[in-house]
Amino acid sequence: MFGKLSLAAIPWDQPIPLITSAVIIVLLAAILALVTYKGWWSYLWREWLTSTDHKRIGVMYVLLALVMLIRGFSDAIMMRSQLAVAAGTAAGYLPPEHYNQIFSAHGTIMIFFVAMTFVIGLMNFAVPLQLGVRDVAFPVLNSVSFWLTAAGVLLVNVSLVIGEFARTGWLAYPPLSEIAYSPGVGVDYYLWSLQISGLGTLLAGINFTTTILKLRAPGMSYSRMPIFCWTALASNLLIVAAFPILTATFAMLLLDRYLGFHFFTNDAGGNPMMYINLIWAWGHPEVYILILPAFGVFSEVIATFSGKPLFGHRSMVIATMAICMLSFMVWLHHFFTMGAGANVNAFFGIMTMIIAVPTGVKVFNWLFTLYWGEVRFTSPVYWSLGFMVTFVIGGMTGVLLAIPPADFVLHNSLFLVAHFHNVIIGGVVFGAMAGYTYWFPKAFGFTLDERLGKASFWCWFIGFYLAFMPLYVLGLMGATRRMQHYSDTSWQPLMWVAFAGALVILTGMAFTVAQLVYSIKTRDRRRDRTGDPWNGRTLEWSTASPPPPWNFTVLPQVSGIDEFWSMKRAGKKATSGAAPQSPQPPPSIHVPRPSSLGFLTAFCAVIFGFASIWHIWWLAILGLVGAIAVTLKHSWQLNTEVQVSPQEVAEFETRHRAAP
Amino acid sequence: MRLSIKACAALVLSQSILFECACSSSGVLDPHGPIGGAERTILFNATVIMLAVVVPVILATGLFAWWFRAGNRKARREPEWEYAGRIEFVVWAIPALVVLFLGGICWISSHDLDPRTRLHAAAAPIEVEVVSLDWKWLFIYPNLGIASVNRLVAPAGTPLHFRLTSAGVMNSFFIPQLGSQIYTMAGMATELNLQADDPGTYAGLSAQFSGDGFSDMRFEVAAVSPQAFAQWIDETRAHGGSLGAQEYAELTRPTRKDAPRTFAAVSPKLFDAILGTPGAAPREISK
Repeated sequence: MFGKLSLAAIPWDQPIPLITSAVIIVLLAAILALVTYKGWWSYLWREWLTSTDHKRIGVMYVLLALVMLIRGFSDAIMMRSQLAVAAGTAAGYLPPEHYNQIFSAHGTIMIFFVAMTFVIGLMNFAVPLQLGVRDVAFPVLNSVSFWLTAAGVLLVNVSLVIGEFARTGWLAYPPLSEIAYSPGVGVDYYLWSLQISGLGTLLAGINFTTTILKLRAPGMSYSRMPIFCWTALASNLLIVAAFPILTATFAMLLLDRYLGFHFFTNDAGGNPMMYINLIWAWGHPEVYILILPAFGVFSEVIATFSGKPLFGHRSMVIATMAICMLSFMVWLHHFFTMGAGANVNAFFGIMTMIIAVPTGVKVFNWLFTLYWGEVRFTSPVYWSLGFMVTFVIGGMTGVLLAIPPADFVLHNSLFLVAHFHNVIIGGVVFGAMAGYTYWFPKAFGFTLDERLGKASFWCWFIGFYLAFMPLYVLGLMGATRRMQHYSDTSWQPLMWVAFAGALVILTGMAFTVAQLVYSIKTRDRRRDRTGDPWNGRTLEWSTASPPPPWNFTVLPQVSGIDEFWSMKRAGKKATSGAAPQSPQPPPSIHVPRPSSLGFLTAFCAVIFGFASIWHIWWLAILGLVGAIAVTLKHSWQLNTEVQVSPQEVAEFETRHRAAP
Repeated sequence: MRLSIKACAALVLSQSILFECACSSSGVLDPHGPIGGAERTILFNATVIMLAVVVPVILATGLFAWWFRAGNRKARREPEWEYAGRIEFVVWAIPALVVLFLGGICWISSHDLDPRTRLHAAAAPIEVEVVSLDWKWLFIYPNLGIASVNRLVAPAGTPLHFRLTSAGVMNSFFIPQLGSQIYTMAGMATELNLQADDPGTYAGLSAQFSGDGFSDMRFEVAAVSPQAFAQWIDETRAHGGSLGAQEYAELTRPTRKDAPRTFAAVSPKLFDAILGTPGAAPREISK
């Protein structure tokens, strides 16, 4: 009846996950009780859970990412504290069985549910506004994408209390991840949660590629498209090309585990090397899926706060698309040590280095955007400058690792760990934080507190160097990744420094939370009624903050890069879009109807995933049939849009134009 | 602003302390063999070449942002300036030239330091067959007919030629002070050539996560004089049992922290037998 599931699945003997999950459950219950008590359910359901508004979905993505950042970071703190104490003969406080789950969960969560989710959230929010359109190409699909991601998140967190998570590292290399070596449900949690959320990501990729290629404000040719939209396009093209590889690879591993296939087993003709090949054919583009939109954010931020157009817009576009192409030709550098010949290794090493060329061009172009500009030191600028300084170091160690003989001594070492945290924290996280601070007033109509934002930046910046520079050195000293303890006590002081760094970053995260809470409390005096708090250049700043559900009352007519800047210089007042100055009857505007499809599909997907993990087949079938049924039912629905009443539009316009 | 200058100074200082730290320890920057030595040279050369660009970029970032800060009356402003062909040319050319240079290093060194390339030396290489097991290392000396677990003894100054495989999951065979690592994979034999120039004891480890006992999957490399090596062979042949099919089956059972031990005799065909039966001894099912 319940497959492999029994009460024994709850880790009664492990206090850490038990207490953590107890706290999470109590918190969740408290939130649900509060919502019920205040009678917010119908508002929440109508305006958020079933929303098909790209801005709301973007906000939910970012919120999900921030919550998961806390989860992933608690894993990090546990790892760093374990390694600070587990030197010499000490075993530390986390046994390998638990420690191995922690680093596997840390990597999986940080990449798929923090970085990915954050970046997609920012694209969701900003891309349609920058393009000057009313919504994405497929609004309901957008909601489905979000909820499938949330379903994956839920499954990963369920593994904390029911069963276990994978103990195989974040990419679950076979044969270790095969049923012969990992018979527990951990790898199944990993596979099913990523299959479900991966499907959501692929749908989001299709949605955004279509949106950018097919829906742009009149007059916005590709050469006039803001750079963030270009990077979003590159990123989504990569999603569309790469995520099917991930899905297929995981499907093969699932067949191995569930039905006794031999794709990647040691015996019967299986080939684990093929998995490693395939997973990196997805995995390397994946890092560019994350970093390219971050590059886009920095480009917008630096141009806006320098009061200048981005230097070399065309060069930046070429560099972006070059990186997009090249990212598919370098995956082998993740396994130079597998024994491929010198020609193969050298080829992929050189291809990897070539990516440094367009990336270097970007850095130089940011520098020349600052040059002769008038730089306002807001917190998004802090994040951007911190990024430029940090990222070039990460780029340098990356090129170092791209030289096969250098990789032969640095592969899988803490040097490598330091390198990818250097580019992911210094690049993606700093970019996400810059984007969050930059677009927050657009989303909510008030700015975030600058002092707390800068405090958060300094903690992240200093904390990063404290936490990861020692890891570079430890890697050179011969320390490898994923070790649970080590015998060489001369490593211990540096491990303590790294732990201190993690605590400084923790302080930075606390400042971010404090910034949000404090800014909400003092929102009345930090309101931005103009819709353009930063003196922005692109179209999202031309509409109200927060924008109406239809974004622009009159779609803007675009005649150049930085259209809104030109509009302002031409003396037009900021309105919601290039709204007519003379009172005209507002045009007929349609917005997508809210849809419960996303929520219901994800609900069924969670049931399906959970039941498959525990081999509860009747329930799995129920979940799958449910998901198909709600999708079919939606497919017959013809009435997918609502018309905004002209009075509502007129009222909004009057209110917005009356604002100072 | 003064704060950030001080922060930068502190940063540079701490970096140099860390660098000292890395060089003095027994890691990859303190090599004791030709392969490790050549790899360290590549690390240094490539780093210096890149620092020539990276350091100016970091300084320029700080300098540009500071000089062009809003409120600096002395700074020139050109709010329309967005393109200069010559600058564009230079910004593409600088990274391209660096990569051209590094690409050359990459191509040449990849061939020179291919793990399969035999080392030039007067002495004939010692053949060692390596099997990674859960969670220990088995070293078979096929020409000498002996074997050892978790301790690799080799004469200093003589090339070592390794053939490597795994009894189960993937591992990576790595002796940081001697140089290159390589994966061990079931059903496949990888090759590696290393040499210890100086007598001494070096740490060896698995650099590829392989399960719960991974952290203890370490071994000791004893590089000894040729006389001591000959003596070690004699001692090994005189003591300890032989490694047959049954003893090997015993070895495949997952264990942790195995003390080093030796086998006086081993079938020269054992390695190929392991190679031919991948996945024959899966780990015991345990929660």
